[in-house]
Amino acid sequence: MQVHTARSSVFLLPSTLRTPSTWRAGVMLIALVLAVPVLVVFSFVFQPAGEVWTHLADTVLQEYLTNSLLLLLGVGAGTLFGGVASAWLCSMCQFPGRRVFEWALLLPMAMPAYIIAYTYTGMLDFAGPVQSGLREQFGWAPGDYWFPQIRSLGGAIVMLSLVLYPYVYLLARAAFLEQSICVLEVGRTLGAGAWRGFFRIALPLARPALIAGLSLALMEALADYGTVQYFGVATFTTGIFRTWFGLGDAAAAAQLAALMMSVVFLLIVLERWSRRQARYHHTTGRYRHLPRYRLAGWRAVAAFGLCLLPLLFGFLLPAGQLLAWAVQTAADTLDAEFLRLVWHSLVLAGTAALLALLFGLFMAYGKRLRGSLGVHAAVRVAGMGYAVPGTVIAVGVLIPFAWIDNRVDAWMRASFDISTGLLLSGTVAALLFAYTVRFLAVALQTVESGLGKIRHSMDDAARSLGLSPNQVLTRIHMPIMRGSLLTALLLVFVDVLKELPATLILRPFNFNTLAVRAFELASDERLAESSSAALAIVLAGIVPVILLSHSITRSRPGHD
Amino acid sequence: MTDPTPPPNMLDVERIRVGYGAQTVVQDLSCRLAQGRIGCLLGPSGCGKTTVLRAIAGFEPLVTGEIRLGGRVVSQPDWTLPPERRQVGMVFQDFALFPHLNIAANIGFGIRNLNAAQRDARVAELLDLVGLAALARAYPHQLSGGQQQRVALARAIAPRPALLLMDEPFSSMDVELREQLAREVRGILRHEAITAVLVTHDQMEAFALADEIGVLHAGRLEQWGSAYDLYHRPGSRFVADFIGQGVLLPGTLLNEHQVQTELGIIGGKVAPGLVAGTAVDVLVRPDDILHDDASAQLTEVCDKAFRGAEFLYTLRLPSGAKVISLVPSHHDHAIGERIGIRLDIDHLVMFPRSA
Repeated sequence: MQVHTARSSVFLLPSTLRTPSTWRAGVMLIALVLAVPVLVVFSFVFQPAGEVWTHLADTVLQEYLTNSLLLLLGVGAGTLFGGVASAWLCSMCQFPGRRVFEWALLLPMAMPAYIIAYTYTGMLDFAGPVQSGLREQFGWAPGDYWFPQIRSLGGAIVMLSLVLYPYVYLLARAAFLEQSICVLEVGRTLGAGAWRGFFRIALPLARPALIAGLSLALMEALADYGTVQYFGVATFTTGIFRTWFGLGDAAAAAQLAALMMSVVFLLIVLERWSRRQARYHHTTGRYRHLPRYRLAGWRAVAAFGLCLLPLLFGFLLPAGQLLAWAVQTAADTLDAEFLRLVWHSLVLAGTAALLALLFGLFMAYGKRLRGSLGVHAAVRVAGMGYAVPGTVIAVGVLIPFAWIDNRVDAWMRASFDISTGLLLSGTVAALLFAYTVRFLAVALQTVESGLGKIRHSMDDAARSLGLSPNQVLTRIHMPIMRGSLLTALLLVFVDVLKELPATLILRPFNFNTLAVRAFELASDERLAESSSAALAIVLAGIVPVILLSHSITRSRPGHD
Repeated sequence: MTDPTPPPNMLDVERIRVGYGAQTVVQDLSCRLAQGRIGCLLGPSGCGKTTVLRAIAGFEPLVTGEIRLGGRVVSQPDWTLPPERRQVGMVFQDFALFPHLNIAANIGFGIRNLNAAQRDARVAELLDLVGLAALARAYPHQLSGGQQQRVALARAIAPRPALLLMDEPFSSMDVELREQLAREVRGILRHEAITAVLVTHDQMEAFALADEIGVLHAGRLEQWGSAYDLYHRPGSRFVADFIGQGVLLPGTLLNEHQVQTELGIIGGKVAPGLVAGTAVDVLVRPDDILHDDASAQLTEVCDKAFRGAEFLYTLRLPSGAKVISLVPSHHDHAIGERIGIRLDIDHLVMFPRSA
């Protein structure tokens, strides 16, 4: 009775792929190829430590470790506080502006950390408007006063917290809304007021969701390159960069990357584990309209202020500054060079999005049709790339590609006396491969959730109503999936547009994108000039935020 | 003189075996259904009934046996006519309505071969039949479960299929809604003169809807017959146990038509081939035990459940064996009280006691 009925859908494949073993082999092959960068990086763990590594271990490794850990701790605390407080206020309380905050609090997600970092640097530096204004106002001379140094570890923590807290906010909010209001009401009948209800009931119940959101935010913080590099904070990512380009030691860079990946895997395990726990923390399936705590007077003002802070500093201020700069410099920056940047970025992001979607579709269908253990594992492996920092992927791509190039070159010279040079390294192909490794998970997840909406019985119903297998694909699957496919394309597109470290390392010589150009100009202290490129990235980043907030408001239990 | 040849059956299932890989799900199953009849496959979950349905629809190939629709072979080992060419309609357990199409488009999905005017007319007719004319432009997610069910039915019968299959059609409904819907569906099927097979684990649903019922157990057909037959003349211990309530009371065979039990001698037709003295179990239904204050046969009330019009008493006989009895609810006896009963069995059902 409960036997799997996937067999009837096997007909839904193009005829060349109709044999399931071909399909399965394809899924395995893709997963294997996509796993190469991570496998390469890990293979260096077993290599004997070289001279450079010993040198690193003696000198800077301690600093990388300490800084990375402090960064994680700080960002952890910052995102947790900002995310939980705003999520609780928006889901459980009623105050003026709540409905706007509910989605607007996601906006900082559109702001890449490196962009917010140099925007604030421009605003808070000695020559920036804030310090100049203070000096003018109070007649201070330089050196008369103390002002916090934004380009520091503390500054990096604040910047990353400002743009990463939405991960915690999103999951915490979902958890609070999912908690049946009954448990809170039971709490109130037992004498627990709003505060005790929060600390004794809601927070413990939401713990798995909070840990999941926190580990996502920490993965992003660990992967960050632009902010820490710009602020001169030595962490793993900047260390990998310096070891590779400064010391020219690929093996040592890979060993650093492997060390960093162990931290990432720790976070992945934490995230997976807490998501599993979340199932046990689910209270009941009955939902009602949430009777929110009505806040008035100073409480309402406090709630409003608390929600406004992250939005203001995480999005409104920096975006406004970028806009001001962009308008100022529009005459100089909006030239043919800028158009070429836009074109490069669009083509690169578009191609990567298409590739990710194609592979994602192939793997998702593979899982649906042939849900064997091997296929499930392969799909899981292919989706891991999202947790791997761009720097690590870049290193893992460069090493094997260079190896292949050298082999081909040597063979060609030996056989035909022709030097082929670099065929793969430093090409757009290498870049696209890295993007696919990193962002396939985004496409895969979206496609899978779309495919999940099409139950097998719908295929069967369509067949019993006279559709051939191919017609089922075009008349049932395609129309139902269209939205998901578009979303997948868009999400990967924007992610690629924002991606910095892998692009920096892997791009062909003199090939620039918006992200690279914005970062380079900012690094050269030409902040105002970099703003148009940065603004373009932020604007594109808003699109998935809108999609996200839209899907949130639609799928809310307890509401009609 | 020869009999006129009887009309061909709409459905013939001939000794089919269905399995996945090495696992056999359905074995040696045969049944047939005449035009206009409603059949039902009844059994506990996991018994293979949905697999039979899917084999008839053409979703599962046969290992052995044959399926014919209106006399035409549609399934044989090594050959399966694809579902889209069988003219078989199907109503799925989860309804499987297409979420991207509105109700009218869902119902009209299977009749694209008609021209627009005919199609609209047929859709309108069906919307009326299922009482959803006002919701033609609504989308599936806006409908209640009962409404979705009616749309699924209308969609399946729109192409006037030779055979309609229904997989647990009411399993997601509230109990109150089930019976009403079952009656409605029966009316619609009769109205359209549709031959149908439904699959369910709920005997009340089967009784309400079907003319003929097959009881499935572990991939085999235990018995095929009317609801009355299954209840009063169960062919196996499993059917006796699965259909209705009752207990098996130990007894001994006296002769060809009498069994001695603790409650006295029961007469009736005895299964052939059993000799006197064989130990047997006799099926005793709650309606076979009558409460009679004048009876000398006293039993102790050990449990009671109020059912409105009657009490369902669990009674302990002197030997310790228990029987259950339906008693009009003005006979309110306390637990532990001893009350008189009388046996009144119309149909003797018994099975030789297994070692």
